[in-house]
Amino acid sequence: MTDWFEIGAMTDIPRLGSRVVRTALGDIAVFRTATDKVFALTDKCPHKGGPLSQGIVYGERVACPLHNWVIQLDTGEAVAPDKGCAHRYPVKVEDGKVFLKLRGTVVNIADYAAAAQA
Amino acid sequence: MKRKLVLVGNGMAGVRTLEELLKLAPDMYDITVFGAEPYGNYNRILLSPVLAGEKTVDDIMLNDLRWYADNGITLHTGKTVEQINRARREVVATDGTTASYDCLLLATGSNPFIIPVPGHQLPGVITFRDIHDVNFMLDAAKTHKSAVVIGGGLLGLEAAYGLQKLGMDVTVVHLLDTLMERQLDKPSADLLRRSLEGRGLKFLMQAQTESILGDDHVTAVRFKDGSEIPADLVVMAVGIRPNFALAKQAGLHCERGIVVNDTMQTYDPRIYAVGECVQHRGIAYGLVAPLFEQGKVCANHLAHLGYARYEGSVTSTKLKVTGIDLFSAGDFNGDATSEDIIYKDPGAGIYKKLVIKDNRITGAVLYGDTIDGSWYFDLMRNETDISDIREDLLFGQSHLGDSGHGEDRIAAMADSAEICGCNGVCKGTIVNAITANGLFTLEDVRAHTKASASCGSCTGLVEQLLASTLGSDYSQTPKKKSMCGCTDFTHDEVRKAITDNGLKTIPVATEFLEWRTPDGCHQCRPALNFYLLCAWPGEYQDDSRSRFINERVHANIQKDGTYSVVPRIWGGVTNPAELRAIADVAEKYNVPTVKITGGQRIDLLGVKKEDLPKMWGDLSKAGFVSGHAYGKSLRTVKTCVGSEWCRFGTQDSTTMGIKMERMTWGSWTPHKFKMAVSGCPRNCAEATIKDLGVVAVDSGWELHVGGNGGVKVRATDLLCKVETMEQVLEYTAAFMQLYREEARYLDRTAPWIERVGLSYVKQRIVEDAAGRMQLAGRFHESQKTAQVDPWAERAEGIDRDEFMPMKKVG
Ligand SMILES: Cc1cc2nc3c(=O)[nH]c(=O)nc-3n(C[C@H](O)[C@H](O)[C@H](O)COP(=O)(O)OP(=O)(O)OC[C@H]3O[C@@H](n4cnc5c(N)ncnc54)[C@H](O)[C@@H]3O)c2cc1C
Ligand code: HEM
Ligand code: SF4
Ligand code: SF4
Ligand code: FES
Repeated sequence: MTDWFEIGAMTDIPRLGSRVVRTALGDIAVFRTATDKVFALTDKCPHKGGPLSQGIVYGERVACPLHNWVIQLDTGEAVAPDKGCAHRYPVKVEDGKVFLKLRGTVVNIADYAAAAQA
Repeated sequence: MKRKLVLVGNGMAGVRTLEELLKLAPDMYDITVFGAEPYGNYNRILLSPVLAGEKTVDDIMLNDLRWYADNGITLHTGKTVEQINRARREVVATDGTTASYDCLLLATGSNPFIIPVPGHQLPGVITFRDIHDVNFMLDAAKTHKSAVVIGGGLLGLEAAYGLQKLGMDVTVVHLLDTLMERQLDKPSADLLRRSLEGRGLKFLMQAQTESILGDDHVTAVRFKDGSEIPADLVVMAVGIRPNFALAKQAGLHCERGIVVNDTMQTYDPRIYAVGECVQHRGIAYGLVAPLFEQGKVCANHLAHLGYARYEGSVTSTKLKVTGIDLFSAGDFNGDATSEDIIYKDPGAGIYKKLVIKDNRITGAVLYGDTIDGSWYFDLMRNETDISDIREDLLFGQSHLGDSGHGEDRIAAMADSAEICGCNGVCKGTIVNAITANGLFTLEDVRAHTKASASCGSCTGLVEQLLASTLGSDYSQTPKKKSMCGCTDFTHDEVRKAITDNGLKTIPVATEFLEWRTPDGCHQCRPALNFYLLCAWPGEYQDDSRSRFINERVHANIQKDGTYSVVPRIWGGVTNPAELRAIADVAEKYNVPTVKITGGQRIDLLGVKKEDLPKMWGDLSKAGFVSGHAYGKSLRTVKTCVGSEWCRFGTQDSTTMGIKMERMTWGSWTPHKFKMAVSGCPRNCAEATIKDLGVVAVDSGWELHVGGNGGVKVRATDLLCKVETMEQVLEYTAAFMQLYREEARYLDRTAPWIERVGLSYVKQRIVEDAAGRMQLAGRFHESQKTAQVDPWAERAEGIDRDEFMPMKKVG
């Protein structure tokens, strides 16, 4: 079994936008910037859990829709002065397809394996 | 290779410039700093509270030594530069240290002025400028009893207050009969003096110092009239002089300060200067706010961006003496062509004076109650025509529209008093954040504490706190306020550029206006999207990526990430079939909460995002369209039952409301827009707290504008009276269009009307009939493409991706 999941074409994600990948362990937000860079973060704002996938994307940042914390897409860190970090998932784009790496980033492997088999 | 930048003067203006530069171009320069004082950069303003024992030196550090190291800056503390060799591009310090430069920045501040009376060099005579002075006074207070402060200005009074708190017996000596004569007029100065006397300070007015007496230490001060008072400490606080000796010696042109141009360059273009040492367009500033603006412009130029210019500042002042509220701005004395409006309540210790010229505020002095200081200052800077609000002006902003904001005397509030109700931030937290994190502007406070970051109704209180903690609110002085961090242009300038230059997309606009960021930010993109939509109706392709989530998915996001759905119920009138359809939808999608809203319609709460399009499809089949409960758009038209049923009704308010809603639904506005129609002056539909409220009377319809409910209730102003339903519709369309075309994004109608003046709105809508018709025409034109139900479109598949996960794993 491979660690990388194909989740769709890059063009499925709008530029300066985001789509959600639903997993048994929670939603993952996959972002695409104006320059076609792709990032993935857990879809939970470090502030009060707002869905980052619904925020406004600019540069390599997203503004959370609930209280406007700004989260750095490459690190998942909140931009100062706010402090906090959204979990980051490795992503890569090959031949226009987006791959997301879940294994190794999941805390509880047993949960994950059960989820993958279900 | 990196260019070399040398800064002489490790103070507030110079280091702020470096901070701005590092933000713009972190790797452009190798930076070296010379500072005569043996510290990092500290907040000089807060020396007064240090002296008063309210803070320590550590509390007021802005940049500690770590900061310099972290940013790769070479710092020479305790080294005074004594020579600039412009030919070799090198500076030399007194100890022989040299540094060469490509660019040199002078920020040498100013020197306290010392009156050269006999005895001025005696031990025990001191000025009030730096940490050394404060330490000296703190020590003196331990062993000595009586102090004389020469100078009854801002600095002198703060020194006197501090020394008195340290237990000294303090007399303030002033040359004139008015304390703080550069900020106060006689009546307010007298109130201030009385209040300070009540705290135990003594004053000697109109007294000219002749000499300072003593052999090896000061013992007394003697005056021209021969009288003497004993003193073991004398503080000279009679003014400051820009410190430009170094620049002058290097041959740079100096007058009262180092002369600079609008990009903060001296006559030698490699040498920049900022801060109290400079003279710009004839003015040398002595407050921090203008210096920060200078720093910003200078950094911009050093970073080779070259679009910023410094065009001078308007300043306001506060006295930082705990418990004393005092505000002063502009030309508070007035002249032969101006008039004063004055409010006096000596018993309560309140005095307010506004100086008015050509219906504009040109100066203000407030004593005792300063809550409206920032409002007056705004009116002054915006040169707002105040003739409409003149009678109410002195009672303050909260009096307009009869609001109840509760507590407003900030000095009297306890630390635990809640300032920002939205985010639950109390006074103590804000004050601590300001001092501990070195915050200067409203934006800083918003970012750090979230106070005033949501609905903004506590902005005035936060500005007050900044002012009373720091002596001024530093976000206030720019003559114009830029749209966001991405640009220096104001909202109005951006709008004008969009129409004048035919800019038709966000990328074209941001490129044309030289935005600093590649794709804007969450503040400017929604604003630009609206401005373009308004300027080019039918032509502009709405950019969903620049919409807040609620407007993008046409539903309100809730705190758990689910959504609410509010179908439009025209004028609040429904029927069994519609109710049944809503009930069916609620059951089919397991809607957990069904609630009647205050806007006379039904809210279905807790809907999952994926269910939205299907649910809308069902509602659409039953004849519903979106209620736009989520948008900066027309919300509801609330109505009462009116003459059709009510025994008091004079007109058919329900039909009127439905017609208005049918005409205006679907339009986007700078902020939400609410209307109501009442069938008689009993006003059951609460029309007088709406953006546009219609109240029926026997002979026709009254139109009221600019109201809102909410945190800060504001009642409407009467716009005019009309006779027919057709006229109500025409005026409504014209008013909405004027608001759409001229208000700034996120301004409700109330602040917009307060800014431009009700007379202006009347002139455009009531007096200018041809103009009104054109406005209404443009409104109808834009409605042609706006009245498309977003729910129906989405039910049919538009933006389907928006509502579906990209993939499900597991
Ligand atoms: C007690 C007090 C209270 C104040 N309260 C307020 C207030 O409430 N509100 C307000 O807006 N402003 C206030 N001010 C004024 C404000 O502090 C100044 O406007 C501001 O600090 C000036 O900044 P600057 O960088 O130009 O000068 P400074 O901060 O004075 O910095 C200049 C630095 O350069 C150093 N220097 C000078 N020459 C050389 C040289 N040749 N070589 C090396 N180093 C050199 C000096 O030692 C100094 O450290 C107050 C000032 C004082 C003293
Ligand atoms: C100041 C900031 C305000 C905020 C942040 C705010 C927020 C909201 C939100 C989030 C909703 C939607 C609830 C849902 O999803 O169903 C809502 C609905 C509503 N609000 Fe407010 N509101 C504010 C001010 C006001 C004011 C001033 C009034 C009126 C006096 C008001 C009256 C209403 C009404 C009547 C509704 C029901 C909506 C409808 O029928 O379309 N709100 N508000
Ligand atoms: S506003 Fe007048 S007409 Fe309307 S319900 Fe109330 S009393 Fe009746
Ligand atoms: S609906 Fe309005 S009043 Fe109620 S909690 Fe939300 S914002 Fe506050
Ligand atoms: S939950 Fe993201 S900012 Fe509050």
